[in-house]
Amino acid sequence: MTAAATQTQTQTQTQTQAREGAAMALGMLGRKVGMMQWFDERGNAFAATVIQAEPNVVVQLRTPERDGYSAVQLGYGRVKAKNVPKPLLGHFKRAGVEPRRFLREFRVDDVSGFKVGQEITVEIFEEGEKIDVSGTSKGKGFQGVMKRHGFAGLPASHGHDHQRIPGSIGSLAATGKVFKGKRMAGHMGGERVTVKRLEVLKVDPEKHVIVVKGAVPGPRGGLVELRKGPQK
Amino acid sequence: MDQLIRALEEELVQARSQGGEGPAIPPGEEPPFQPGDKIRVHERVTEGGEGGRERIQVFEGVVLRVQGRGTSRTFTVRKESFGIGVEKTYPLHSPKIAKIEVVERRKRVRRARLYYLRERRLR
Repeated sequence: MTAAATQTQTQTQTQTQAREGAAMALGMLGRKVGMMQWFDERGNAFAATVIQAEPNVVVQLRTPERDGYSAVQLGYGRVKAKNVPKPLLGHFKRAGVEPRRFLREFRVDDVSGFKVGQEITVEIFEEGEKIDVSGTSKGKGFQGVMKRHGFAGLPASHGHDHQRIPGSIGSLAATGKVFKGKRMAGHMGGERVTVKRLEVLKVDPEKHVIVVKGAVPGPRGGLVELRKGPQK
Repeated sequence: MDQLIRALEEELVQARSQGGEGPAIPPGEEPPFQPGDKIRVHERVTEGGEGGRERIQVFEGVVLRVQGRGTSRTFTVRKESFGIGVEKTYPLHSPKIAKIEVVERRKRVRRARLYYLRERRLR
């Protein structure tokens, strides 16, 4: 990791330097299959998420010279060519690969190890390794302040006639306004969420499956991004 | 999709049984008992925190229910200990369960979940 980090510095100096510690290794795309119970070697049970990630294909390489940063663009998922916009079809054609449903970029320190058309499989992950998983959380609709922000609400008795309201949202004329960012009711869920440092319990290259400890954002069948965590 | 998980569960067991101390009942396998049976559960218990001595603890009682599916299936055993009802719920496929013996087969049981046993007057 340190060797790779130094390489980054020399390559794209200014911008990468600031985020050096966060310099990400490669990841891939997959779909959440569902959750199950897992037993460790001591017999303890805990929740685990099963993610299916058929081979991703490298569609494009982003280089500092041309794009100002280094990244690998991966395609994942089947899609009929007739459902792909023409300009995008051209993009796939140039890469010489079949059209894919999803395209995502993954930052890397150096693209020289990658080739367009190359396949990335679950084998990039090892059992026992910690990875980050990003996805779109389940939409919860318009939610009140108790569910959305964990407010305590109001007491049930002693003359209260509302229970789930936020209470005061600011002072009187001393400020004369409600501060920006004040937590209130509103739309909840359906946003990008990242869960960090999940342990990889199992990698099955034949089934293209990876099992991760704990929960992962999104519904079953939802697209998730798997990224190698900071290797410490 | 569910099939995938089921396949993984089965694999999990195979890996476990190679390691020696597998669960008494591997996932995918039906329990050899039913609600109403009297069974003896042998559970591996570690004493004194992690890395402590391991011994077998036996719990004998009547099966109240078998619940859930896949690896997360559980069963509940009830017994009366010194006049007090005690219930324990075990994960059916846990590697911590070393052995399950059926002591007595059920008689006259007409439902799947025997919660009415709780209301029975203590003898």
